[in-house]
Amino acid sequence: MGINEMEELRKIFLEDDIKQALNERHSVETQEKLSKGRVAIAGLGGLGSNVAFALARIGVGHLHLIDFDEVDLTNLNRQQYFLRHVGMKKTEALKEQLLLINPYLEIITDCVRVTEENLKELFRDEDIICEAFDDPDAKAILACGVLEHFPEKKLVSASGLAGYESSNLIHTRRVSRNFYLCGDEKTEAVYGRGLMAPRAALCAAHEANMITRLLLGEEDV
Amino acid sequence: MITVNGKQIPWESPVSVADYLEANGYKRNRIAVEINYEIVPKSQYETTFLQDNDVMEVVSFVGGG
Repeated sequence: MGINEMEELRKIFLEDDIKQALNERHSVETQEKLSKGRVAIAGLGGLGSNVAFALARIGVGHLHLIDFDEVDLTNLNRQQYFLRHVGMKKTEALKEQLLLINPYLEIITDCVRVTEENLKELFRDEDIICEAFDDPDAKAILACGVLEHFPEKKLVSASGLAGYESSNLIHTRRVSRNFYLCGDEKTEAVYGRGLMAPRAALCAAHEANMITRLLLGEEDV
Repeated sequence: MITVNGKQIPWESPVSVADYLEANGYKRNRIAVEINYEIVPKSQYETTFLQDNDVMEVVSFVGGG
């Protein structure tokens, strides 16, 4: 999508129109809190792309999208991308789509791999951090790093969402004051029970709803 | 007694987090450890000892996202 197309959309749909539509659905009081929300999403796969869609749709004002990878054909079984995105950076492919939902969102991107070294700089500016990686080592690096360096920030993480086991095994748990964990906490991808759209979306919705609750002042799961 | 992931375990003498994790088959690179709701940095697993009445949570991350 070019800059011109985005400009056209902004002319047709004014910021006030979108704000009014969101207010109509959510109420002015609720929307004000959501619009002020600042969330970082680390990993833009089956979890992160779905979390980002949900938060963009309800008008969370600032989203920081982080992923080092490009869209691959094997991602399309569960991630929010289309064939035309294959080969694009996930950060760019996702940002483009979110702006088509709401062109007035502030969306910043970092196409990098999160490490123990860059973590302190990357997550400095957001109050809520969503861990949405695929790789378990990367999950642990992010979770440990955030809990250690940003104990005052909220961390919403995920573990266990592969396959097609019962939906009802996916849960949200408050591990400690600022650390929430979503998933069934055991099912990893194995042959024949890989990562699939329905359960990935379920777990992503757990993360997105916990983030929404936090933005609206609810700290219990 | 100490409590690990909600289960009560008899406590006899201080044991390091590193030893506990190894004895129980945890993969260091795929976990986050909290004792009494505070994170234990990986660099302190060897020097942090579990004391009587401690509450430890070992969060294991499995692949998939």
